[in-house]
Amino acid sequence: MFSFSVPLGKLVRRVSRLRGGGSALPGLVVEKIDPGFMQRTLSTLPHGVAVVSGTNGKTTTTKMVVELLESQGLKVFTNRTGSNFTRGVAAALLGEVDWRGRLDADIAVLELDEAHAVHFVNRVPPRYSLLLNVLRDQLDRFGEIDKTAQLLQHIASKTTGTVVLNREDPRVARIADTLDGPDVRYFGLDDSLLSTFPNDDELRAGPGSPAPAPVQQKPHADVVLRRVGPDNADFEYDGGTVTTGMKLRGVYNIFNAAAALTLARSICGSGAAAADHATLLTALSQVAPAFGRGESLVVDGLPLDLVLVKNPSGFRLGLKSFPAGGYATMIAINDNYADGRDMSWLWDVDFESLRAEGVDQVTGSRAYDMALRLQYDEVAVGAVNTEIAPALAAFIAAAKDKPKRIFCTYTAMLAIRRELSKITTVEVVS
Amino acid sequence: MTPGTSASKGTIRVLQLYPRDMNIYGDWGNALVLQQRLKWHGYAPELLEYNVGDEFPDEVDIIVGGGGQDSGQLVIQEDLQARAETLRGLAEDGTPMLLICGTYQLFGRFFKTRSGSVIPGIGVLDVETHGTDERLIGNVKVTTAEFGEVLGYENHSGQTTLGPGVAPLGTVPKGTGNNSSDGQEGARYRNIVASYLHGSLLPKNPAIADFLIRAAVERKYGSFTPGGPDDRYAVLAREHAARRPR
Repeated sequence: MFSFSVPLGKLVRRVSRLRGGGSALPGLVVEKIDPGFMQRTLSTLPHGVAVVSGTNGKTTTTKMVVELLESQGLKVFTNRTGSNFTRGVAAALLGEVDWRGRLDADIAVLELDEAHAVHFVNRVPPRYSLLLNVLRDQLDRFGEIDKTAQLLQHIASKTTGTVVLNREDPRVARIADTLDGPDVRYFGLDDSLLSTFPNDDELRAGPGSPAPAPVQQKPHADVVLRRVGPDNADFEYDGGTVTTGMKLRGVYNIFNAAAALTLARSICGSGAAAADHATLLTALSQVAPAFGRGESLVVDGLPLDLVLVKNPSGFRLGLKSFPAGGYATMIAINDNYADGRDMSWLWDVDFESLRAEGVDQVTGSRAYDMALRLQYDEVAVGAVNTEIAPALAAFIAAAKDKPKRIFCTYTAMLAIRRELSKITTVEVVS
Repeated sequence: MTPGTSASKGTIRVLQLYPRDMNIYGDWGNALVLQQRLKWHGYAPELLEYNVGDEFPDEVDIIVGGGGQDSGQLVIQEDLQARAETLRGLAEDGTPMLLICGTYQLFGRFFKTRSGSVIPGIGVLDVETHGTDERLIGNVKVTTAEFGEVLGYENHSGQTTLGPGVAPLGTVPKGTGNNSSDGQEGARYRNIVASYLHGSLLPKNPAIADFLIRAAVERKYGSFTPGGPDDRYAVLAREHAARRPR
């Protein structure tokens, strides 16, 4: 049956791209006029659908899974724009299907926001799901962390094949107890690295509070991250440990590489040809960070790093992974809907590591909340300006001879990239 | 930061109540603000923690308690009942307390869940809370007589109503506050400030922080001589926060 929804949706997509509009509008249009479009199209894929969800690291992990699977010769459909709502998926599908609505791919790997994933899996049960973590993020949208864990549990329960879980996040690992359908695999972390990943219950260990007891009797993990070096990492699987180079920076990104490897092994291992590990590792070593996630640009011949921060644990990990020494630092905090309106989270982050160097510029709609936060941690603040463009210009002008780093919330990151694209090469993500 | 390192006007002991289980949405910010402002006022802060099963410290000058998830409230429930007498005594005796969200609810008479089961509170405050399936979320502005305009962020599904034994902290021109019907937010009783507001509450509302500090110092040392904290950023953060959408 020929349906008009696909050509119409593609047309809306073209028009909206010409106007420089958002990526989700055409998806909205096709969803309205043909609600079965997404399910129908995705159900034709030979390896089905893999869903990646959790609070932190979805975009980079999804990118890794895609590149790992492509290294194994699979054709992968994904939602690359970071528009991780259902209509974003529909919009991405419109860009990939032919005019008759056929999708030329072996598998779809989709990054989905926790709340939207629930709606998605009710319509399209995934064959695989990868659940990364549950942290304090956008609690103003989801209410409570335990509620977020329930959302992930729902995704797992709708999964028909394999569920990949983070062994080190108790709220995620516990999901295994509730499942009787799908297979469960874990990715894990060496005990020596655990301290760099405070889980949410340990987030605010005040002075003198006891260290949490290590979890006894951990289940076996399919892939374990054993060590992180400056530009390489050790992964253990199938009883051996391999060292591989890594372009990704930040220990949390590399932990998510263990997650991506586990999922890729599940997907490839299920076919006739098991995964070819040499090419998998080569692909892994080549993965570059997703835009804004530890992305390094060049300004005045020196690096300018963008570190996306959207919740306390992400900010803490960002500060830990990218030490301040020798860098000029700017922090950009917006409170638009996509960033979360509640500023409470800034008080769950410890900024003492910035005390020695200070922060050169603070910007964003909540710049003064951030400056106030730094004041209470006795971190010197150079200048505060709620307007991002002039703050960025002043930051770059004042730190000409230094490498620069900007910690930014999501919408602040988009604004900063837009400004930077006027003075340097910024990869366009479509 | 450690007591006695400078010529301080005296030591003030700040107790965080159940920081392990009742600590969400930046509750640490309130303890940090008390600690730093005590220093800036010239006093030596000592930060203590009380968690389930701990020994309750002898000498406590200020108590702060935070919000919790439903699961956190269940964990502390029994222990809190065992400490009810002590906490009531401290409250009646004028110990300044900041009780946010979940701790506010549990210091009331009871919390009745949506399914109808009743969780007893410790009755320090004459308030009662009823669970609902409506979540009240967003920026809040409160008009108060004592502290001027109070700014914060609410996120709760329990709805609290005040009895005659307490006064409201203020009224709510923007946001919901205690419940979706009477336009009031928070509760005041002796030196207790109870509120649903996160944000965290104290950083952007230094008047409340200084009220708690003054009450603690006067109670312990007879009189309070303030120092001169620099509130430039707090003033600007308040201006910007007041203009943000709900």
